[in-house]
Amino acid sequence: MTTTAIHVRGLEKSYKDLHVLRGVDFEVASGTIFALLGSNGTGKTTIVKILSTLLKADAGSAAVEGFDVVGEARQVRESISLTGQFAAVDEILTGKENLVLVARLRHVRNPGHVAEDLLSQFDLVDAGSRRVATYSGGMRRRLDIAMSLIGDPKVIFLDEPTTGLDPEARLEVWKIVKKLANQGTTVLLTTQYLDEAEQLADRIAILHSGRIIANGTLAELKGLLPPAKIEYVEKQPSLEDIFLALVGNRASVGDRASVGSRESVEDMS
Amino acid sequence: MSTHFFSDTSVLLGRSLRHIFRSADTIITTAITPIAIMLLFVYVLGGAIKAGTDNYVNYLLPGIMLIAIASGIAYTAFRLFMDLKSGIFERFHSMPISRSSVLWAHVLTSVIANLLSVVIIVLVGLMMGFRTSAGPLAWLSVGGILVLFTLALTWVAVIAGLGASTIEGASAFSYPLIFLPFVSSAFVPTKTMPGPVRWFAENQPVTSIVNSIQDLFAQRPVGSDLWIALAWCLGILVIAYAFANAAYRRKMA
Repeated sequence: MTTTAIHVRGLEKSYKDLHVLRGVDFEVASGTIFALLGSNGTGKTTIVKILSTLLKADAGSAAVEGFDVVGEARQVRESISLTGQFAAVDEILTGKENLVLVARLRHVRNPGHVAEDLLSQFDLVDAGSRRVATYSGGMRRRLDIAMSLIGDPKVIFLDEPTTGLDPEARLEVWKIVKKLANQGTTVLLTTQYLDEAEQLADRIAILHSGRIIANGTLAELKGLLPPAKIEYVEKQPSLEDIFLALVGNRASVGDRASVGSRESVEDMS
Repeated sequence: MSTHFFSDTSVLLGRSLRHIFRSADTIITTAITPIAIMLLFVYVLGGAIKAGTDNYVNYLLPGIMLIAIASGIAYTAFRLFMDLKSGIFERFHSMPISRSSVLWAHVLTSVIANLLSVVIIVLVGLMMGFRTSAGPLAWLSVGGILVLFTLALTWVAVIAGLGASTIEGASAFSYPLIFLPFVSSAFVPTKTMPGPVRWFAENQPVTSIVNSIQDLFAQRPVGSDLWIALAWCLGILVIAYAFANAAYRRKMA
């Protein structure tokens, strides 16, 4: 199980004067959940769009399941599924019709049956015959992800899957993502929520200023900081601390005192 | 074009047709303004207009149909814009489907929706006294010209829908198109117009199309107007199609 599902080398992309990606490298092993973590506007969506053949990079290469995203775009599209930042569902159609639509476009056998199956899997049976315009945010997202699973894609891109969802809907999405990975699907997830990456991902890459500035398991990322010198209260650095330390003023990375003392003050008060 | 072009296009066409039948207001609103104009010109202004015909509805109907189409194609720009905004376009494009199907489905939907509006207008025209002795062949020719006209303008609408940055911008481009029939032979014969206006009216696409349809309905021999009309429609179609596809590739690159 050490095959590579996604391979990205030296990816660069500019929008006019804005140099969004300045040489991005990473690999995602098959069947794992990989989280791209970064603030808004750091280029997470740009990477997802390049990998899902929607956007061409200025330089560098990217391959999904061994297929080049430019030269073998069609094979890439057969291997992937994209769940974009905003639930890409058809409001005027019913939930079931949305699923049947995608099933037909993916040329799977028995689209109606596939749709029924997914409706029950995603707890949308009662809503299946209602127009999506009447759905809540969480229901839309569930339908959106259900649409992405049709045709059993090997790799799924989830671009900020829980942005704008209430906590309950968020937990539901997390459950779905974990289940996907257990079934052997490779998941590339972008998020600006640190706890989401912490909860879901096997590996986490932090994207900042157009580059991956850290990439590893949660434990490895925690190891990037020198062991905490505990002064008042014993407390492991959370991923949030690591992220902010790495992303923020680099000079303050080693400045444990400031991080430590802030926590201590809070804890004392 | 890929192997799945026809099946993908028909699936996506089914989707857009559901849209228009579930919000049939787009067909009705497309028909209603032209019908209002027809009522106005026949029952209010018609008595004073000398079009050289004893049945002004017969004279007017072809132009009214063109006004309906010119306004109806704005919905294609609108629907395209909404698909782009909602992200459903990206979903389609990240799937292994024929990419040109996505545009063709919208264009064919436009043809069907506009023809339905035209049918409503013809029915109202019949109630208002429109009469023709045209046989099946003449009706088919009229239908063919209207389909070609709709296709040509719809591809223009595709450019607008892909290029617009706001929903208003996507729909507003068709306003000037609606006025083209007013400065043509659609309402009055061009020979009553002063020099420059007459020159413009006689050399813009709508006049030749209107004249052709009037001749076909009246069972008169169709002159060179038909060829000019076809040339206009095909010319606009080819150019708009090329620009639309270029805009599409730019959007996707």
